[in-house]
Amino acid sequence: MNAIEFHNVSFSYGGSFAIRNLSLTVGEGEFIAVLGHNGSGKSTLARLCNGLLEPDEGWIDIFSLSVGKRRNLFTIRKNVGIVFQNPDNQAVASIVEDDIAFGAENIGLAREEIGRRIDFALKAVGMEAYRHAACSRLSGGQKQRVAIAGVLALDPKVLILDEATAMLDPRGRREVMDIVTRLNREQGRTVVLITHFMEEALRADRAVVMNRGEIVMQGTPSDIFERHEELITYNLALPRIGCICEALKQGGLPVGATLDEEKLAEEIAQCLSRQND
Amino acid sequence: MLKDVSFGQYYPVDSFVHKLDPRFKLLCLIAYIAMIFVAANFYGLAVCAAFFLLAVAASRVPFRKIMRSVKGILFIAAFSAVLNVFFYRGETVYAEWGIFRITYEGIIFSIFLVVRLFLLVMFSSLLTYTTTPMALTDGLENLLTPLKLLRLPVREFALVMSITLRMIPTLMDETERIMNAQRARGADFESGGLIKRVRAIVPILIPLMTSALRRADELGDAMDSRCYMGTYTAGAAKRTKYKKLAFTRRDLIGLLFAGALIAGVILTKVYLGSLL
Repeated sequence: MNAIEFHNVSFSYGGSFAIRNLSLTVGEGEFIAVLGHNGSGKSTLARLCNGLLEPDEGWIDIFSLSVGKRRNLFTIRKNVGIVFQNPDNQAVASIVEDDIAFGAENIGLAREEIGRRIDFALKAVGMEAYRHAACSRLSGGQKQRVAIAGVLALDPKVLILDEATAMLDPRGRREVMDIVTRLNREQGRTVVLITHFMEEALRADRAVVMNRGEIVMQGTPSDIFERHEELITYNLALPRIGCICEALKQGGLPVGATLDEEKLAEEIAQCLSRQND
Repeated sequence: MLKDVSFGQYYPVDSFVHKLDPRFKLLCLIAYIAMIFVAANFYGLAVCAAFFLLAVAASRVPFRKIMRSVKGILFIAAFSAVLNVFFYRGETVYAEWGIFRITYEGIIFSIFLVVRLFLLVMFSSLLTYTTTPMALTDGLENLLTPLKLLRLPVREFALVMSITLRMIPTLMDETERIMNAQRARGADFESGGLIKRVRAIVPILIPLMTSALRRADELGDAMDSRCYMGTYTAGAAKRTKYKKLAFTRRDLIGLLFAGALIAGVILTKVYLGSLL
């Protein structure tokens, strides 16, 4: 069964279309990265997935349930968790534990089960030691991990990160990305990673590039990064390692296109030894 | 600078009073206020004062912390004391100028009034020193549960309280950021008269409001995403509660003391007569 299906979806906030005739299918357990410049419609895409917004045209199915129907809304939101951009705007309680309990309370779980869910969620994001800490004392990365835990307490099958790392420092970004990767690989959760950091997209099975509400490129991350000239026209910059590859090639060192540091190091070594011979 | 403003004034130590059920503490405060007004003479107030001192001792909150709460009402206390000294219609006159008259009864009554006021404020502050705002919210929600029968949204009210408490440190940080941004552009918050200073606040308030509204919008989305359905319940599960308040043996001991307080105050009123 597919986790998310968009069929010819269009959406506008009143003016021009933020999403234009978009079709997209995300399989269960897939890790997909959605790349795009500011205003490309990628956040709108996230909000359409769990009924925060309703499409003007076309339809959206989440595990074969139509998002447009009011009575499906609760089930869909239980299955699709979204972590938003600002770590300060997602917690409802002052204490970590109480905040994580919020979602579990909303879906009417019994007290003991909520306790178990909190244990599980805190462990999944590696924040067990902060169970009774005040949210306001945590770092940005930690707050965002608590936000992920808050969503995990609902045990959603799909996890959407709407630029969840954009406001974090490099360390916080890495922490969050490691957790998300693990949730996908170890627990089999479908992950939709919305970002404008190209490096993060490397971890995905598939990458989709959006521009002006449309999908303009699609493929594995390395496929996409090879089409760097096209990427630049969509205002997206290559990851640092891609730039290095490119610069080496132009400078006369014929390395193969790669986004793996080790592999690039090997390629350079091979090229150099060949030149020396 | 703003970060040091601790909201509420919780004093984090581990004590008998800290561990009491917040519901019991809230009810106890109400009973205490009632008893202060039931007390008809200094004996009654002495019982109240003894109860208060016992509570302070059991709370391990330093006494000078509690004295600080009196500062805020010093002016009101002095004002009402002076007013009573001059205008109380007593019998034993010490001095008289026109409508002003200082009497023995006036002085006694003023002292009585001030002691009452001080006890009231100090005991209330003990509650906030020993109970976190979160616990207070939980306790209040629990005590207001019967109002659900009248279809009042008690749970939502508690959630609003909880979000408010949560947002205070965030908005404090934000205020400081905005003030620094304005300072960097040459704004001056420290000098000038009252009107000038108040006017200097406007450029802080406006961005603060805009950002608070934006935050509210995003928080709403985050809550929706976590299956919060509010009063819209079609297809939704009934909300449950994780935090459970428990009445322990400690509360029973507290209850005994509270009973002694009430009995003491009423006995002094019945057997020892009124103040004057």
